[in-house]
Amino acid sequence: MILDGKSPTGPIEQTWDMHRLKMKLVNPANKRKYKILVVGTGLAGASAAASLGELGYNVEAFCYQDSTRRAHSIAAQGGINAAKNYPNDGDSISRLFYDTVKGGDFRSREADVWRLAQVSNNIIDQCVAQGIPFARDYGGYLDNRSFGGAQVSRTFYARGQTGQQLLLGAYSSLSRQIKAGTVKIFPRTEMLDLVVVDGEAKGITIRDLVTGEIRCHVGDAVLLCSGGYVNVFYLSTNAMGCSATAIWKAYKKGAFFANPCYTQIHPTCIPQSGDYQSKLTLMSESLRNDGRCWVPKNHGDNRPPNEIPEEDRDYYLERKYPSFGNLAPRDISSRAAKEQCDDGRGVGPGGRGVYLDFRDPINRLGKHTIEERYGNLFEMYELITAEDGYSVPMRIYPAPHYSMGGLWVDYNMMSNIPGLFVLGEANFSVHGANRLGASALMQGLADGYFIIPYTIADYLAQTEPGVVTIDHPECAKSIEDVNAYTDRLLSVNGKRTVTGFMRELGILIWENVGMERSEKSLTEAIEKIPAIRNEFWENVQIPGNGSGINQQLEIAGRTAEFLEFAELLARDALHRNESCGGHFRVEYQYEDGEAKRDDENFSYSAAWEYKGIGRRPELHKEPLKFENVELAVRSYK
Amino acid sequence: MSEHTAHGTMTLKLIVWRQKGPTEPGRFETYLARNITEHHSFLEMLDVVNEDLINDGKEPIVFDHDCREGICGTCSQVINGLAHGGQTRTTVCQLHMRTFKDGDTIYIEPWRAKAFPILKDLMVDRNALERIIQAGAYTSVNTGAAPDGNSILISKEDADYSMDAAECIGCGACVAACPNGAAMLFTGAKVSQFAALPQGQVEARERVFSMIEVMQKCGFGNCANHYDCQAVCPKDIDVKFIARLNREYLKALVM
Repeated sequence: MILDGKSPTGPIEQTWDMHRLKMKLVNPANKRKYKILVVGTGLAGASAAASLGELGYNVEAFCYQDSTRRAHSIAAQGGINAAKNYPNDGDSISRLFYDTVKGGDFRSREADVWRLAQVSNNIIDQCVAQGIPFARDYGGYLDNRSFGGAQVSRTFYARGQTGQQLLLGAYSSLSRQIKAGTVKIFPRTEMLDLVVVDGEAKGITIRDLVTGEIRCHVGDAVLLCSGGYVNVFYLSTNAMGCSATAIWKAYKKGAFFANPCYTQIHPTCIPQSGDYQSKLTLMSESLRNDGRCWVPKNHGDNRPPNEIPEEDRDYYLERKYPSFGNLAPRDISSRAAKEQCDDGRGVGPGGRGVYLDFRDPINRLGKHTIEERYGNLFEMYELITAEDGYSVPMRIYPAPHYSMGGLWVDYNMMSNIPGLFVLGEANFSVHGANRLGASALMQGLADGYFIIPYTIADYLAQTEPGVVTIDHPECAKSIEDVNAYTDRLLSVNGKRTVTGFMRELGILIWENVGMERSEKSLTEAIEKIPAIRNEFWENVQIPGNGSGINQQLEIAGRTAEFLEFAELLARDALHRNESCGGHFRVEYQYEDGEAKRDDENFSYSAAWEYKGIGRRPELHKEPLKFENVELAVRSYK
Repeated sequence: MSEHTAHGTMTLKLIVWRQKGPTEPGRFETYLARNITEHHSFLEMLDVVNEDLINDGKEPIVFDHDCREGICGTCSQVINGLAHGGQTRTTVCQLHMRTFKDGDTIYIEPWRAKAFPILKDLMVDRNALERIIQAGAYTSVNTGAAPDGNSILISKEDADYSMDAAECIGCGACVAACPNGAAMLFTGAKVSQFAALPQGQVEARERVFSMIEVMQKCGFGNCANHYDCQAVCPKDIDVKFIARLNREYLKALVM
C-alpha cells in the first residue's frame, strides 16, 4: 500500500496556518463530553494532557511511574531548540527547518518539520510563563548555547537539567488541571492492550502495578506518548522502565510501525564498566561546546592522557569535520568514535573509549566558567567513575539513546487506526534518520502543547462521544486476553531470570543491529532472535503471582515485547539497502566512510504491518517529497 | 571474609526491611551480597542479590527505581540510617559500592514517615507530595497565552536562585530524614522557585496558603530546625528555602 501522510501542499510557510483553518473544531460546551486517554506523562504526554484539560476535554492520564513527574524526559540535560534568533546570529524558522531536515539525513516529512520549527518559539514563551528558570544573561535576557548539527546558538537551557525543568513545567500545568478536575491521573499503571472497536481506538487495558488489577478504560480517542524503544539494546541511556510495550501492543492491533531501524547512538556516554551494569549514563552533548574529543595518534600509546603531548593527539572530529568540529551531529560523532576504537586507538578498559578533554577551555575561560556551565555533569561523571573530569580528560563512548522510528502517523499525528494518536518519541514523524541535539524536548512539547489540541478536534468533531462503554464486548475480550497473557508468563516456571534474557537479547542487538549493520549481521540476528524468544517462553522464571506488586512480572512483559520487536528492528534494517543517519550499513558507504544514501530507491518511510508472531510483516511505503530542501549529500566538513 | 582489594570482589551482609503490604507487619531479613565490585552502583548490588534470590526460588526485594542517574527521584532507601546513604549530593542509584568495604553490614530500610505508607518492602506511596504540588505549585497560564519569553526580564541572580530551588527531584528524602516527618524543604523549594520570579507574583498569596494547608492535612510535621533534610538532600536544596516559605507565609498573612 502506498501510504498518504496527508501533508498539506502549497507554500511551506503557510502549510500549518492553512491546515489549522481547514480543520474542524469542537464547540467549547461539547468538549467535556469527550474523554481522551493519554498514555505516558513525559513532555509529550504531560503537555498534551494539560492542554487538552485546559480546553475542557475530559482527560485520563496513565504512567507506570509513581508520579507523572518522573517520566524519562526528566533526564534530558542539554537544552531545547527554538528559532528565536535572540543572539542575532542568523537563525530563523527556515534555518531550523533546514537544519532538522538535513540533520535527519533527508528522511522526514518537510511539512511536519516546518510546523515543528514554526511552533518552537511558542514553546519557549510558554515555558517562561510557567516559571521555568531558564539560564539568563546579566541583562536578564534568555541565554543560548550551541548544539550539534547547527552553526547558530539556538539552544535554551536550565543548567544541565533542561529536561527536568521543562517536564516539571508541564507537570505543574498538569497538576493544575488535576486540581481543576479536568484530568484524572493513574500512576503506577501500565498499558497492556489497545481496545479497537469497529476499526477505531476506543480504549486501553491496563494493569494496576500495585493491586495487580487488570481493567479497561474507554475513551473517544487514545494518545500514546510512551517514549522510545532503545532499551531493546538492554544497556542504554533510557530509564529502566522505558519500553516498547504500549506502541508494540498498538502495532499488534493494526497500527503501522515506521522506520524502526532509525536508532540514535549518542556519542558522549560514560563507558560500560562491567557485565552487571544495568544502564548507561549520558553526558550531555552540550559538553562538546567546549570539550574536545581525541584519542592517541599512535597505536599502543598507553601514557596517561595528560602526559600525551599535543603532537601525539588526534582530535579526530576536528580533523575529519573542520567546519563543525566537535559539534558534528550525533550519528557522525558516534561512528567516528567507534572508528578510532576499531582502529585500536581507543582508551580505557577494553579500548572502548575516547577522551573528552576540557584542558584547553579551562585554560582559556577558567575552571569557574566551565563549572558554571557543566558543573552537575562533572559531578555526575565523578560519582560514577571516581575520576575528576576537570583535571583528567573524561572517557566517553557511544550508547543507545533515542529512537527516531516509532508508530506511523499522518500530519495530524493520527496513526492508521482512527482515534489513535501518537506523540513525542513514540511516533516517527520529524527526526528522519537522525535527531539533532535539543530537538527531542522541542518535539515533545510541540506535539503536546501546540499540535494535538488542534488536530484532535478535527477527529473528535466527526466522532460521536461516549459510544463505547466499559461493558462493550471488546473490553471484556481485551481484559481476558491480558489476563491470559499474564497467566502464561507466570506459568512458565522455568530456570532463567528475566534479566538474563534481556541481557542476551541486548548484546545480540548491539553487536548485530547497532552502530554498524550488514546483511550478514542482520540475517544472523533475525535467525537468532526467535530462538531466544522461544527459550524465554519455555524457561523464564518469574517468582510470585499477578495479584499485587510484582516487578519481575513487569519486566518480563516488557522483555517479551522486546523479543518480538527486535525482529522487526532487524528486518527493517535489512530491507533498507542504504546508509542514512543512525542507520549505517557497511555495504553502503563512500570511500571516506561516510554514509551513502540511495534516494532513488529509499526515499520513503517504511511502515510495517503486523501479520503474526514470527511471520513476515507487510511493508507499506510513504514516499518522501522534497520541494523546499534540495536533496544533497549530508556534509559537515 | 576476605580482605577487599582494588580488583577483588566484596561480600556484604545486608539487613533488609521486608513487608508484604501496607497493613502487614514488617521485619528485617538478612542476605549476603556476593561478588560485588567497587564499580557496582548500590542498586546494581541489589540487582545481584535479587537475581540470587530468584534463583533460590525466593521473592526478590521490591524497591523503587527508574532513571538510575539521579534525576527522576524514584529511588528511596534509608541506608544505615541515612536517607540515600549519606553521601553528599547523591541518590541511592548514584551511590557506588566503592564507599563500602568487604565484610560490611548494611541496613536497608524504606522511607519512614506518617505521610508515606509502605506499599511493599522498600517501596512507599508518596502521593502526599503530589497533593502539595496540586494545591498551587504552578502559574495559571493556559497553553498559548504566553507573551514573548524575553518580555519578562529576570536578573541572573533571581534566575539562579529560582533554579537552585527548582532542582528538587521530589524524592522525599527530606521527609524521611526529618524527625518530625516534615515536608517543608520540599514545599519551601517549590514556593521559593515561584516567589523569586515575576511570573509567580500574581498567585503568590494563594499559593503559599493552599500548599501549606494541604501539607498539614497530609500528615507531614513542621520544621524544628534540625536541618537533616538538607544534609540528605541529593540536590543539596538549602534550608534557606524553608525560611523563605515561612517569610512568604507571613507576608501573605498581612497582604
